[in-house]
Amino acid sequence: MKKIGYYPGCTLKTKAKIFEKTALYTAEKLGYEFIELPNWNCCGAVFSLSSDDLIHHLAPIRNLVRVQDMKEGAFLSEETLVTLCSMCFNTLKRANIRYKNSAEDRSKIKNIMDTESAYQGNVSVLHFLELFKSIEPGSVKLKRKLKGLKVFVYYGCTLLRPKEASLDDAEAPVILERYVETFGAEALSTPFSRLCCGSYQTVNAREKVVELAYKILTSAIESGADAVITACPLCFFNLKDIQNEICAAYPDFKGIPVAYFTELSAYALGMDPGEWDEEPGFIKTALAQTGEKKIKR
Amino acid sequence: MSKKDIMGEIAKANSSVIKGVDKSEIKHWANIYIMGQRYEVPADLTIMQAMEYAGFRFIHSCGCRAGFCGACSTIYRLKGDYRLKTAMACQTRVEEGMFLVQLPFSPAVKPRWNIEKTGYEDGAFLAYFPEIARCVSCNTCTKACPQDLQVMDYIQAALRGDFKKVSELSFDCIQCGMCAVRCPAEIVHYHVAQFGREMYGRYGYPRNAVLDKRVSDIKKGVYDKEFKDLVKKNKDELVKIYKDQLANKDKFIKGG
Amino acid sequence: MSKKIILDKESAEFTKKIIELSGEIVTLCEQCGTCSGGCPMCDKAETSPSLMMRMAALGQKEILGSDIIWYCASCYTCTVRCPRGIDISKVAEALRQIILRDSVNRIDLSKLTPAELEKLPQIALVAALRKMTG
Ligand code: SF4
Ligand code: SF4
Ligand code: FES
Repeated sequence: MKKIGYYPGCTLKTKAKIFEKTALYTAEKLGYEFIELPNWNCCGAVFSLSSDDLIHHLAPIRNLVRVQDMKEGAFLSEETLVTLCSMCFNTLKRANIRYKNSAEDRSKIKNIMDTESAYQGNVSVLHFLELFKSIEPGSVKLKRKLKGLKVFVYYGCTLLRPKEASLDDAEAPVILERYVETFGAEALSTPFSRLCCGSYQTVNAREKVVELAYKILTSAIESGADAVITACPLCFFNLKDIQNEICAAYPDFKGIPVAYFTELSAYALGMDPGEWDEEPGFIKTALAQTGEKKIKR
Repeated sequence: MSKKDIMGEIAKANSSVIKGVDKSEIKHWANIYIMGQRYEVPADLTIMQAMEYAGFRFIHSCGCRAGFCGACSTIYRLKGDYRLKTAMACQTRVEEGMFLVQLPFSPAVKPRWNIEKTGYEDGAFLAYFPEIARCVSCNTCTKACPQDLQVMDYIQAALRGDFKKVSELSFDCIQCGMCAVRCPAEIVHYHVAQFGREMYGRYGYPRNAVLDKRVSDIKKGVYDKEFKDLVKKNKDELVKIYKDQLANKDKFIKGG
Repeated sequence: MSKKIILDKESAEFTKKIIELSGEIVTLCEQCGTCSGGCPMCDKAETSPSLMMRMAALGQKEILGSDIIWYCASCYTCTVRCPRGIDISKVAEALRQIILRDSVNRIDLSKLTPAELEKLPQIALVAALRKMTG
């Protein structure tokens, strides 16, 4: 098995435990051992954009230093760090790029992080989806069927934008669609698959997020989807956890199940249904589609 | 070394505190700058002793004199070194060219939490201390901690709701407040840590069967008679009981 | 309604500051409006991103009072689409920073109850505090 450095991020240890659980299960089934970084810290969730603000890049760089240390200690097969959360992915990847490209930033950051080993800039930051980019549908042995299940893929923003941090074509991505198809379901998308859900504005301007989430989910429903998948715990919160607020604001809204993309794969690969605290909505539909009564163990 | 010799050594080491300094005995001197004013002090004194030697009298910023109470926070710089260092005045020897000042207090109001009513949930830290989400992982707090705690790591653990890690990493915190005055994210670390330890102690730490049994025995009144008898005893009787117990220590320890 | 725009030393300084902080040459903007067309917040704010760009290029300080700089969620749609290759999200960040660095916060944490805070995913708070507190 390939040993690969893994950065979970704060939310995967708290509100998005099921995301981590299903991802680790999927990775293991597909031949990867994820080694969680020792003592990782919050990456900061958003990449700091102003030219002179270096302090906010310390957090992501500190995590990359740890990958480097682990590789030196021969705990990893290569200097690669895999992330699951879209926001962590974007922040870590862009900080890495900025660090590599600016000698001035590098020396300033090294000066402040004077008690750590100096980061050489050789770690590559990957999103979980990129590991499985070249898997052919049909090449993975599946234990449960998702045939006929129509899944609306929701990318959100930070997997795709800006271009230098994108894991696929920023305007016409297919990576999530392919993933869904690999695990036996049918993928649907519309331009709303890439519309921002309002992100962290959920803290301060919830009504704006409700409006955007309504538009996105309505597009999913109108496209005929049975469920929506996402790769970001904040999108998940905005699209799923506040659906009651959407219903209150838009009485015509009927709701739709939302899941992490890894829930789909873990289910298809045979993860014990007892591992879910609450059965995800797509399972019932999947069973109905295939005419099965019970989840196959 | 015999017991008497040890006591003699201790008395000698502390003679400057007890009797005052006999200048003719001092071989090494250091120049220190207290709030910018130069003082020449014996080089083997702690910062606290040196300040007293220089004529300061502590009515504040001094408690246990043993490195436990966290009252004597001091910040200083050495000549030719840009770093701002932190120390407990009662635990740190003066150095030549030290520029220092004491921090009387780290201003911070403790949020009122109620551990009985707070769920043992991973979001509990953010409910009372949302500002921990501002941590930029600069590690300044860790560098500032005179107890050598991994302060940044316990704040990060708090952010992800790991009560156990917060308690373990912060166990030796003396609440000196040095981390809190240095943090660019304006976090009050020691309150976060205390909340974490209280919650972990209440909900997370494995229960101790021996303690549970003793508490329930006390509640049932198993020891009531013994207590009442003890209270009635006079001094000589108490001394005798105490000595008997000391002589039979093993029996008492084994018996729990 | 007409509006008088004064271009003087002060406005030039302001534009320069935005350029420095964002690292983007705001004066390259040709006002095509592509950014506003794709912005998910444009219809919810009083000012559009393209107007923000124009005011930045002309050094008009009133832009600091506009709501678009706060509603911008850094979704980078404008950034990938600008035909002039300007990273508009960096301009919005520069404008936010100018305010935040004066110790004026957009979010008041004391307005959120412990129950609300507890429900939010960690990244929501981390991101909001990074974007809206100094
Ligand atoms: S954690 Fe902070 S308050 Fe506690 S001992 Fe260290 S510096 Fe002092
Ligand atoms: S000093 Fe503050 S911001 Fe820096 S690592 Fe410590 S808690 Fe985080
Ligand atoms: S006086 Fe108590 S720690 Fe120094």
